[in-house]
Amino acid sequence: MPKRPGKVSRKILQHELVPEHRLLSLEEAAEVLRRLGVKPWQLPQISVNDPVARLLKAKPGDIIEIRRRSPTAGEAIFYRIVVPQ
Amino acid sequence: MAYRPDFVERYVIDKIVFGILSPTEIRAMSRVTVITPELYAPDGTPIQGGLRDPAFGAIEGGERCPVCGNTRLECPGHFGRIDLARPVVHPGFAPKIASLLQATCRACGRVKIPPERAKYLLAILRRLRDRWPKLADNLVKEIEKEAASRMECPHCGARQYRIRFTRPYYFYEERPEGSVRLTPIEIRERLERIPDEDAELLGVNPKRARPEWMVLTVLPVPPVSVRPSIVLETAQRAEDDLTHALSEIVRINERLKKSLIQNSPESIIEQQWELLQNAVAAYIDNELPNMLQLVHKRRRPLKTLAQRLRGKEGRFRGNLSGKRVNFSARTVISPDPYISINEVGVPYEVAMTLTVPIMVTPENIEFARRLVLNGPNKWPGAVHVYKAREGIKLDLRFRQNLKQVAESLEPGDIVERHLMNGDIVLFNRQPSLHRMSILGHIVRVMPGKTFRLNLLVCPPYNADFDGDEMNLHVPRSPEAIAEARELLLVQKHILTPRYGGPIIGGRQDYVSGAYLLTVKTRVFTKEEASRLLAIAGYRGELPEPAILKPRPLWTGKQLVSLFLPEDFHFKGRAKINAGDLSCDSIECFHDSFVVVRFGKLLEGVLDKKAIGAEEPENILHMLALEYGHEKARDFLDRVFRMFIRMLELRGLSISLGDLEIPEEAKKKIKEVLDKARERVLELIEEYRKGTLEPIPGRSLEESLELKIIEVLSNARDEAGRIAISYLDPFNDVFIMAKTGARGSDVNITQMAASLGQQTVRGRRISRGFRTRTLPHFKPGDLSPEARGFVRGNFRDGLRPTEVFFHAAGGREGLVDTAVKTSQSGYMQRRLINALQDLVVTNDGTVRDAYGNIIQFRYGEDGTDPMLSYHGKPVDIDRAIEYVRSAKQASG
Repeated sequence: MPKRPGKVSRKILQHELVPEHRLLSLEEAAEVLRRLGVKPWQLPQISVNDPVARLLKAKPGDIIEIRRRSPTAGEAIFYRIVVPQ
Repeated sequence: MAYRPDFVERYVIDKIVFGILSPTEIRAMSRVTVITPELYAPDGTPIQGGLRDPAFGAIEGGERCPVCGNTRLECPGHFGRIDLARPVVHPGFAPKIASLLQATCRACGRVKIPPERAKYLLAILRRLRDRWPKLADNLVKEIEKEAASRMECPHCGARQYRIRFTRPYYFYEERPEGSVRLTPIEIRERLERIPDEDAELLGVNPKRARPEWMVLTVLPVPPVSVRPSIVLETAQRAEDDLTHALSEIVRINERLKKSLIQNSPESIIEQQWELLQNAVAAYIDNELPNMLQLVHKRRRPLKTLAQRLRGKEGRFRGNLSGKRVNFSARTVISPDPYISINEVGVPYEVAMTLTVPIMVTPENIEFARRLVLNGPNKWPGAVHVYKAREGIKLDLRFRQNLKQVAESLEPGDIVERHLMNGDIVLFNRQPSLHRMSILGHIVRVMPGKTFRLNLLVCPPYNADFDGDEMNLHVPRSPEAIAEARELLLVQKHILTPRYGGPIIGGRQDYVSGAYLLTVKTRVFTKEEASRLLAIAGYRGELPEPAILKPRPLWTGKQLVSLFLPEDFHFKGRAKINAGDLSCDSIECFHDSFVVVRFGKLLEGVLDKKAIGAEEPENILHMLALEYGHEKARDFLDRVFRMFIRMLELRGLSISLGDLEIPEEAKKKIKEVLDKARERVLELIEEYRKGTLEPIPGRSLEESLELKIIEVLSNARDEAGRIAISYLDPFNDVFIMAKTGARGSDVNITQMAASLGQQTVRGRRISRGFRTRTLPHFKPGDLSPEARGFVRGNFRDGLRPTEVFFHAAGGREGLVDTAVKTSQSGYMQRRLINALQDLVVTNDGTVRDAYGNIIQFRYGEDGTDPMLSYHGKPVDIDRAIEYVRSAKQASG
C-alpha cells in the first residue's frame, strides 16, 4: 500500500535534469486524448508518488505534459497519465 | 489426428482462459484408469489398464478406437488417469501454495486480514483487474505480505506460525516445539478451507482454480499420440520418455496402495509417498533443483513435460517461433564481381530442385508446354503439373509421356517450373542481426555448385568466402513475389535505417582500386581508358582528353565523372586526409579533399571515405539519397567494376621488399628502443629506491607500471613513425593502409619496426612462474623484455621469448571474441524480444501491440533515419551549396 510520502522540496523543479512538467486542465487533457486517439491507459504512466507529480498536486487520472530537451528535435512534448501508487 | 480442413468446425476464438484442472474434470475426461506399469502382454498386445491401453486412442493404421469408434485419422486421442494413493504437491504451483499457506489462518483458513479491510481491498482489486492487471498483481503481492505478517488470526484468534518453503516442494511450519513438515494431505486440507472470496483476494480465481487443486489427487495421463512409441529396426519398441516417467509413477503408486492396504509401518509408507511425490514432480519438470532426476538405463535424464516446452529446442522457441521450411536451399557462397549487386548466381542443380508455380494462360501456354516438354531434369523445365479440371497433381519425375502431358495443358492448369533467370528469391546469411540480413535477389542460373554474389553486398550480410554458407528461399505466391520485389530488393537497402548511411559499398580491393584509378599521377591512353570504360558498360564518346600532347591522355577522375549525374555536387575529405596529407578546404595540394561539381570529379582521390561501405555522408550516400536507389545500383554495378579492372591492369601485391627499411632507419629505431629501455630501467631503479613520484590515486606499483607502459608505447609509436617515414609512400602496403582498404599504421609498424608491448588483461605480461614470466629471466625482473615487450618485428622475425609473449597476447584476443559474440548474441535476443512489436503508426507515434504509446513522435523529430543525412533531416551546408551552384549555372 502506498506509503505516506514526506515533504518534497520545490527546489527539485530547478534541477537541470528535471524537465518542465505541467498539469493539464480537464479540457486540455480531453483534447490530448482526442488528438492522439487513445484511451487514458494507453499513455505512459507516472506515479502519484512521483516527486514532481506531488508538487503539482496531481491526482490519479490527471494528465501531465512534460517538455523535454531532445537531441534530435530540440524540444519534445510527452504526456503521462497519473496512476495510483 | 491429421489436420482435415473439411473436418474441423470453424470458430472464432474470443478469449482464452487459463485455469487449473480440477480432480472432477480430470476424472470426467478420463477414459481409462491406469493401474499397472506393464505396457504389453507377452503376446505383444497392449494390457488393459496399462499405459498403452487401447482407450488412449487409435494410432495404428486400420485400428478402430474403442472409445470414439474412429480410425487414427479422426480419433483425437483420449486422456486417462492415475488415481494417486496419496496426494502430492504439483511442483509448478509450489511457490503459490507457499504464499497461500502463509497468508491464511492455519485453523479457519481465512485470509489473515480483518473482515472490513478485506472487503475494501477486494473491491479495489476487482476494479483494478480489468484496467490495470499489473497493478492488481502488485496489490495481491501487498495483500499476501500484509496477511503473512499477522501472527494471530483476525477472524478466529488462532495463534499463527511461520511457514517455511524449501524448493522444490517441501513445507515446514515453525512451531514453538520445533519445525514440523506439512504433508500434502495437511496442505490440501488447509487450502480446502480457504473461502472463495479470500482466494480471490490472494489472486486465485476460485471458479477456474480452487487452491486445493494445486495439490494433485488424480493425475491426468495424456493420449498415446502425445507420447508415441517408435519401432526400432530390431522390431523392438522404444517408448517415449513420458511413458517411462508415467510408468514409474504407476509402479510407485501401486506399491504405495498395497502398503496402505496392508497397514505397513508408517516409515515405509512415508518413504514410498516421498518417492511418489518425486516421480510426479519429475514427470512435470525433470530439471527441478534439489530433486532426484528420473533417468534411463544409461543414466540419461528423461525429457518430461517441462523439458518439451522449455529452452532453445523446446516447443516455443524450436517449433513455434522458428520452423523448418520447404522451397529453400543452402550452399557455400563464392564471389562474382561481374553480376549485378541485386543478382545471385544459382547452380543448375538448385534451380532444378526449387520451383515456382505459374498459372497457364492463353498467353503463356506455349511457354508452359516447352517447360513441361523439358521435364524435371533439363533446365528450364517443370517438376509438377496441376491439372485444374481433373483436380490432380502430376509428378513429372515419374512420367515417360511428357509430350502427352504438354499437349494436355490448358488454361487454368498450374505448372511448377524450375527456378529461372529473373525470378526473385530471398537470400539470407546467419546470424540475421538486422533486416539487411535477408535481401531480395534476382536469380541468375549458372554452372557450378555454389551461390554467387557480388562482393559489394558482403557488408550487409557480413559475408566472406572462407567457407561461408547462405540460405535461399523462393517466394511462390504472387503476393509474396510482389512483396519481395517492392520491399526486399538489394538496391532498396543500400541505405541502412540504423544510421542514415550506405551499408553497401566497396571494401578492400575496391578501395585500393578506386584510389589507384583516381590518383593524380595516373593517366590513361585511349586504349587503357577504353578498356576501363568497356568493363563499366559505357557506350558513348570519350571526353576531351586532359592531356593532348605528346599524345592524348585521360585521367581516372575524368572516367569516373562520366557516371556522375550532371547536376551532382559533393565536397568532403578523403580518408587519406590525415597526418601529412591533411587539408581543410578546396585548396588542397595533396589531392585529399574530394570535390565534385556539376557531375565532374574535379579534385581529390576516391578512397574508403568516398566509396566505402558503412561510411555515411560519402558520394554513394548522396547518390542513393538524392538520385534514388536505381541510380545508386547502376553506379555500383558500373563504376565499381572499373575499380577492379584498374587493379587487374596495374596489379596489387605486397612483398617483404615493401617493408624493407634502410640500415640508417634500423639504427634510429634501435636508438629509440634502447633509450626507452634505459628510461624504463631508470624508472625501476627509482621505484626500488623509493624516489618514484606516484600518480595521484595510484599505488607505487601501479604508478610504475603506468609510467613504463607509457614510455614503451611512445617508443613503439616513434619507431613506427621512423619506419614509415623511410617507406616508399607509393608501395602497395602503404596505399592499402592509407586509403583504408586494409591494414593500418599499427600493422605497418608491427611488420617493419617493432611489435611493441604485449598485454594480458590490459597489463604487461606478468603471469607464468612465481616472480617471472619465463625461465629465461631472473626472478623479479621488471625490465621491458622480461614483461612482454617485443622489440622485434614480423619482417626480421621474433626471438623465442618474444614469440611466446605474442602468442599469450594473441590468445587473449581470441578468447575475448569468442566470449563477446555469445554475450552480445544473448543481449540482442533479449532486446529483440522486448522491442519486437513496437511499430511506428500512421500518426507518427510509436506504439506497442496493445496500442499503448511508447513515444509521441518517432525519434522525437519523426525523421526516418534511412532517408536522412546521417541522422539529420537536412544537411544545411549541402543545401546552401546547391543553391549557390544553381545560381552559378543560370549565369
